[in-house]
Amino acid sequence: MEGFHSQVSVTILIGFVVSIVVFRLAYVLYWSGRPLRTFSQRVSTLIVLGSGGHTAEMLSIVNVLEKDRFVPRFYIAAGTDNMSLQKARVLEESLIQKEEIGNKKDIEKIACFEQIYRSREVGQSYLTSIYTTLVAILHALWLMLKFRPEVIICNGPGTCIPICLVAFIFKVVGIRWSSIFYIESIARVKSLSLSGLLLYKLHLADQFYVQWPQLQRKYQRAHYVGCLM
Amino acid sequence: MMTSGAVDREKEKKVVFVTVGTTCFDALVKSVDSRHVRNELKKRGYTNLLIQMGRGSYIPRKSTMQSCGEDESLVVDYFTFSPSIADYMRSASLIISHAGSGSIFETLRLRKPLIVVVNEDLMDNHQSELAEELADRKHLFCASPQTLGQTIQTMDLDSLLPFQSGDALPVAKLINKFLGFPAE
Repeated sequence: MEGFHSQVSVTILIGFVVSIVVFRLAYVLYWSGRPLRTFSQRVSTLIVLGSGGHTAEMLSIVNVLEKDRFVPRFYIAAGTDNMSLQKARVLEESLIQKEEIGNKKDIEKIACFEQIYRSREVGQSYLTSIYTTLVAILHALWLMLKFRPEVIICNGPGTCIPICLVAFIFKVVGIRWSSIFYIESIARVKSLSLSGLLLYKLHLADQFYVQWPQLQRKYQRAHYVGCLM
Repeated sequence: MMTSGAVDREKEKKVVFVTVGTTCFDALVKSVDSRHVRNELKKRGYTNLLIQMGRGSYIPRKSTMQSCGEDESLVVDYFTFSPSIADYMRSASLIISHAGSGSIFETLRLRKPLIVVVNEDLMDNHQSELAEELADRKHLFCASPQTLGQTIQTMDLDSLLPFQSGDALPVAKLINKFLGFPAE
């Protein structure tokens, strides 16, 4: 009799927890993608630099963002990419000089540069990929706990996936609500990249931008923004 | 006589700059190094061929100007990487590039004639999408290592349209709107 009772209560408890999780997931998915009403004057912003052409596109966006609104800015690039953070630093230094905010030491207050463990190298075997992906997710978790950004801007390739995944979990758990903006690379004319497809299909990105009209016709929830470059 | 001739030649110097970026694209280097492509470039009046060969292992044949004789051949030089590729681009009359978006847009912004050669050996070959789209819009010519010679032979440089540089403002506006920031 007692066994039966505890069985029932465990079942009820599990049902309760599951329904809370499902409800919370539905709530997060419902509110993701819906415009916010920010009352604060500034939002901490995480910028994921994807190397090469991705970095160039991303920095062109950072260039036109209101710098006193999107602050502080956290730049993240893959550990194997030595160029991107350097380029971001050059941009931030030029901003400081242009606006004459102060000397170069002040850059630490408004911008931060971090490398992230890369989940998969080109040509890496799938077995070791599982291990490295796990490490990458843990590293993303650490960085996200440290920065807890309100805004995440990314444009592929895979570097941004662990970050966005952790951001979504943070939303569900209630640690931080970050709005994710994804800009598909200009190189994608007819089809989305794997990262883009994942973020689009799983509704992980709050807003999804494409640079060619053909893509927007295929993916209706995406916004067409024209060429960045 | 000699010096004025040299000055003339300097003035008439028409450089073709080949770039593979950070990739390994031996098929392209081999193609521009072939007799056929060299001949077509010469026929078009180009005098110098400079190859940035990246991580490739194929070494092109170097050659310096043979000042004597009617049959002047193309001056060919190569290097692997350079921190200031933009300078080479600026001094070139024609650029032959791999299909990376960085090289493509850098060239288009400089308003230089461009032939993009698509690397068909790449597994996930989405790069050709961009090159083909921009070729359709008449901003550049698109070729493969096999068809490069023919493209040089038949291309009409006057048919190219200048590329209107893009703009990141629409993205910034949408982000601001989404976050509820007032528009300026």
